[in-house]
Amino acid sequence: MLVLFVLPLAWVLFRSITSLDHGTAWYSNYVAFFRSTIYPKVLLRTAGTALLVTAVCLIVGYPFAYLMSSASRRARGLLLAAVLLPMWSSVLVRTWGWTVLLQDTGIVNGILINLGLIQKPVHLMRNTLGVGIGMTQVLLPFMVLPLFASMRRVDPDYVRAAAGLGASPWRAFMRVYLPLTRGGVLIGSLLVFVIALGFFITPALLGSPANTMLSEQIIKLLGPARDPGLATAAAGILLGVTVLALVVGGRVVRFAESLGIHQT
Amino acid sequence: MGRVLLWGLAGLVIAFLVLPSLVVVPISFSSGQTLRFPPPGFSLKWYGAFFDPGGEWLRAALSSLQVAFGAAAVSTLLGTLAAFGLVRGRFPGRRTLLAFFVAPLIVPVVVLAIGMFFVVLRVRLGVLGSAIPLIGAHAVLGIPLVVLNVAASLARVDADLEFAASGLGGGRWQVFQRVTLPLIAPGVMAGALLSFVTSWDEVVIAIFLTTPYFRTLPVIMWGDVKFSLEPTIAVVAAILMLMTTAAVVAFVVVRRREVLR
Repeated sequence: MLVLFVLPLAWVLFRSITSLDHGTAWYSNYVAFFRSTIYPKVLLRTAGTALLVTAVCLIVGYPFAYLMSSASRRARGLLLAAVLLPMWSSVLVRTWGWTVLLQDTGIVNGILINLGLIQKPVHLMRNTLGVGIGMTQVLLPFMVLPLFASMRRVDPDYVRAAAGLGASPWRAFMRVYLPLTRGGVLIGSLLVFVIALGFFITPALLGSPANTMLSEQIIKLLGPARDPGLATAAAGILLGVTVLALVVGGRVVRFAESLGIHQT
Repeated sequence: MGRVLLWGLAGLVIAFLVLPSLVVVPISFSSGQTLRFPPPGFSLKWYGAFFDPGGEWLRAALSSLQVAFGAAAVSTLLGTLAAFGLVRGRFPGRRTLLAFFVAPLIVPVVVLAIGMFFVVLRVRLGVLGSAIPLIGAHAVLGIPLVVLNVAASLARVDADLEFAASGLGGGRWQVFQRVTLPLIAPGVMAGALLSFVTSWDEVVIAIFLTTPYFRTLPVIMWGDVKFSLEPTIAVVAAILMLMTTAAVVAFVVVRRREVLR
């Protein structure tokens, strides 16, 4: 664990301040990163995409998790299987499946044309839409499971009591149910956001060069561009942003507990 | 009314979650030369291409299995020991240590992959292009899953049982082996399964730690996905998925009491 986890990360950080092609100061790679016209944009785009995906996951995941928590035992099993199976199946396979579905000659476009809804294929991938669809699908389980865990702890009597006291369903939801599930919302959002920051495969296959995210940029810098100093600095920044998001968002252990792998 | 709407939405979400994986299955049985959907006819020829005894696919599948079994074994052993220390031990900094063991789940995998590449290259931790570095690297990804699962099981085991067993004259190892281990077996099993699946599907680290002479299935698939339009990719995808599905079903069976409570 020390050799293959701590040492690799330390090595990356060490390289980022010693492989100097952009100046003589130890921080010159980082200066070059932020001075460039491209990389800060990539960083912002990465954070923006992660934020967008988090929002969509929350909007889609909340009602789904609610249904899971209130469904019968058998229905819950079905819904849970629909979340767990994709969660653990290969991201590469799923992303590739999306390319089959979404390409110009793909299934979705075929259906839409046959229904007469569109005349010629709509571009559903190689753009932000494709990246958004792919990433949302991969990350949705990480939102649903913490939400589900928090909703299961809510005593339905509270909502009933609010209704009995004259609150409209909307008001009962906003004032009672939502605050009670806030923990799940926060943990799920943080988890999705943090994992989204490091995404590589999905944007590489479903996006265009205009959608490049930080992880892809790191690989490009390391491979074709042969600039290990800047690549490792970018990696250091990605790591830093991730840690920052975690520290701001809460303690790491709380996350782990919410992964749905176990419930205490 | 609201209920119907909710189920309608859930149906869409389920389709959204499941379709991208399912679509590969019919294409893998295509008789055509391309990834056209619906396939023009049924054939097993792409499976034949995959299972060609001299071909690269079968070799890669065996490498994948070797790495996944190795990684699952290593992470299960180390993860179980770590969970045992974390739950039963009484020392300061346990929370920090747990955070450390769980951290590989959240660190961006590209950053980890680059670092591992540097380290393996320099430290000579096994030859690059053999199974060993990749087994070690994937074990790191698997350890958090084992730790979480085993720790959850251990927390439910009554420590008094262990105490009683040692009071009756059981040695430390004997108590662990005869009392604790059977009780936490579902957690150990669940952790092993998840860690197997994680290694079996892993691409990014594998890209960095493999060579043309030793490649796993996802690595070859990654190389082909951008250029090749042959349905063999669909066969690979289907086989990768079949394995994960089997493991996840086994996981749910092992853990059904917690999962479906």
